[in-house]
Amino acid sequence: MTSPIAGGVDCDLHPAVPHLTSLLPYMNDYWRDQVTTRGMTDLISQSYPVNSPISARPDWRPAQGKPGSDIADMQRQALDKFGSAYGICNPLYGVQMVFSEDMADAFCRALNDWLAKEWLDKDDRLRGSIVIPVQSIEKAVAEIERCAQDKRFVQVLMLVMGDMPLGKRHYWPIYAAAERLGLPIGIHAGSAYHNPPTSVGWGSYHIEDYVAQAQAFQTQLTSLIVEGVFARHPNLKMVMLESGFTWLPPFLWRLHKFWRGVRMETPWVDRAPLEIVRSNIRFSLQPVDAPPEPDTLNRLFDHMQSDELILFSTDYPHWQFDGDDVLPMGLSPDLVRKIMVDNPYATYTRLKVKETAS
Amino acid sequence: MNVQLREIPPAASSSGIKTAIADCDIHPARATPDELYPFLAKRWHAHLETFGVHTYQGMMGGPPYPKAQPNASRRDAYPPEGGPQGSSLSFMQKQLLDRNNVALGVLNPLNTGQGIRNQDLAGAICSAVNDWQIEKWTSKDSRLKGSIVVANEDGVSAAAEIRKRAGDKNFVQVLLLSRNVEPLGQRRYWPIYQAAEEAGLPIGVHAFGFGGNPITASGWPSFYIEEMVGHSQCQQTALASLVLEGVFERFPKLKMVMVEAGFGWAPSLAWRLDKVFSRLHAEVSHLKRKPSEYIRDHIWWTTQPMEDPESRDHLFQTIEWIGWDKLLFATDYPHWDYDEPSRVLPAGVSGANKQAFYLDNAKKLYGVA
Repeated sequence: MTSPIAGGVDCDLHPAVPHLTSLLPYMNDYWRDQVTTRGMTDLISQSYPVNSPISARPDWRPAQGKPGSDIADMQRQALDKFGSAYGICNPLYGVQMVFSEDMADAFCRALNDWLAKEWLDKDDRLRGSIVIPVQSIEKAVAEIERCAQDKRFVQVLMLVMGDMPLGKRHYWPIYAAAERLGLPIGIHAGSAYHNPPTSVGWGSYHIEDYVAQAQAFQTQLTSLIVEGVFARHPNLKMVMLESGFTWLPPFLWRLHKFWRGVRMETPWVDRAPLEIVRSNIRFSLQPVDAPPEPDTLNRLFDHMQSDELILFSTDYPHWQFDGDDVLPMGLSPDLVRKIMVDNPYATYTRLKVKETAS
Repeated sequence: MNVQLREIPPAASSSGIKTAIADCDIHPARATPDELYPFLAKRWHAHLETFGVHTYQGMMGGPPYPKAQPNASRRDAYPPEGGPQGSSLSFMQKQLLDRNNVALGVLNPLNTGQGIRNQDLAGAICSAVNDWQIEKWTSKDSRLKGSIVVANEDGVSAAAEIRKRAGDKNFVQVLLLSRNVEPLGQRRYWPIYQAAEEAGLPIGVHAFGFGGNPITASGWPSFYIEEMVGHSQCQQTALASLVLEGVFERFPKLKMVMVEAGFGWAPSLAWRLDKVFSRLHAEVSHLKRKPSEYIRDHIWWTTQPMEDPESRDHLFQTIEWIGWDKLLFATDYPHWDYDEPSRVLPAGVSGANKQAFYLDNAKKLYGVA
């Protein structure tokens, strides 16, 4: 195995909302009444069924309650275990699936306030991502501006499958707000299920939905690049979370080839896709979709042509690795330092380097 | 890739392809819209002229994403006698087959009944296109072999069409498209797989088609380049569906060819499938082997548009992960992103791998001497 070094930044942790009622204290009277009167109980996405093996490592599954719902477990099993200086919390709660923008807004506000109070207040290593009601651009921007005042929020969180491709101009006010406030956009696996979860329709199985996350990231990366998001917002960083990354080199070969062929269609894309990825796009480490042989993985890193793209993540409590093997075999000490320390700090500019990391 | 501006000398002199090759993705076109009429019942002539063709997208008679070139084809591929690119046998012989020493050319007709909502019309047009392939192409040039096109959403009619053509040496495969009403592993398509397996015919799954689903899992994108790049994502998902639904358990002799969707993504997809399968195999307990093993044994890949990394080592490593025995050279003639046979492989490939890549894999798969 490759040993982690202390002082890293764990860029993908999933604190779980125990129950929709856990958010009631953070809602106004109207929404408290709506939730209770209408018998709403929970917002669990099909992307992560609670008892699915993907949703929690067997030894990280608590005796009761949802995996990731206990801060003491997260501290012991992830933060302490890997010596992380910071851990970025990306709540995966099904607020994106809601169809009413008013309801989504109320739930997102409650979720962000809950995260600050029940997680960030309790461990100063924890940082948060702002979950936004993407159902309304105005409300999403307002929520970013509201939460960004708390410097412990270091990122805006979106799902990889929504109503429209993420490069669409419709979403640009979100990107403008994020760039202005020094917040990367984190794009996490998962779907609002407002479209079929694959580009060829509805599959039969949970495993299909999970495999298809990688293809959704690929089409989103195309959209973000060719729509010109990074020509308009050159300082905006986007982080692909739980996306896998071994698909990146062949994806870029193909995108580059077609960009050369039909760039007249999108003339504002004035840099090669690989250059745009190098300057603006990052990927969380887990899952590593590759065989466990160091030789293969090192070839893949060579195909990526950059050691600055990957950010350390455990994806806690999701089951991506066993034991202490959070880093794949065969990484050089230099690359470990890049992945665990240098790359995350360069991406999340709201994080201040702690003494332990120096 | 892209339009050929300068005349490249024919094979015998300097193109580098002196030996025979197979071209596993050629698109024959109709010279005029009514070229199919001799093969279609009268009722459909009137139907087509009155109502046109209704597919799972909104545009009548054109693609929703305008192509980069007229008919997505090379501007130098218009036949001298008129008609769209790819519609003249003699000009195809001159520009493609003779020039490149093509010994086997696999025809993949695209404007057929596939993706038509009216299933009776879909079946009638597919059958007509199959007759037309024999009449206009394969019976006139023995290097050309046809693909049986079928009404893909109507498994029963599709299987009947395959059985009707089984054993006919004019055809070497069954053709489907990647984007259908449902992912290709779904049961509604299994009669097609059963009939193809019985007939000993591989199934080519060509990029494209419309099945009523947005072409990304996050809705409709804006640009043609997104559709083109996105074919590889649609193909990955279609292939994942085929594997995970157990198609290759149920039809163990079935072979499939991924046509015009790239191959570079295959290793990463297979690794991801295997990794997730190691966690979630209980959900798909009908699978007896790892997903990557089904892919390795059942899937072939056409090369165009050829993966084109800066470093040839990256290309060779990727091909080694897939297997030199699984790639089938294709030009995509007459489309604009045509791959020129003499330029597609970088230097440094062994003679045996070159021979497999350009010809032998295809001859073996398609059973052509």
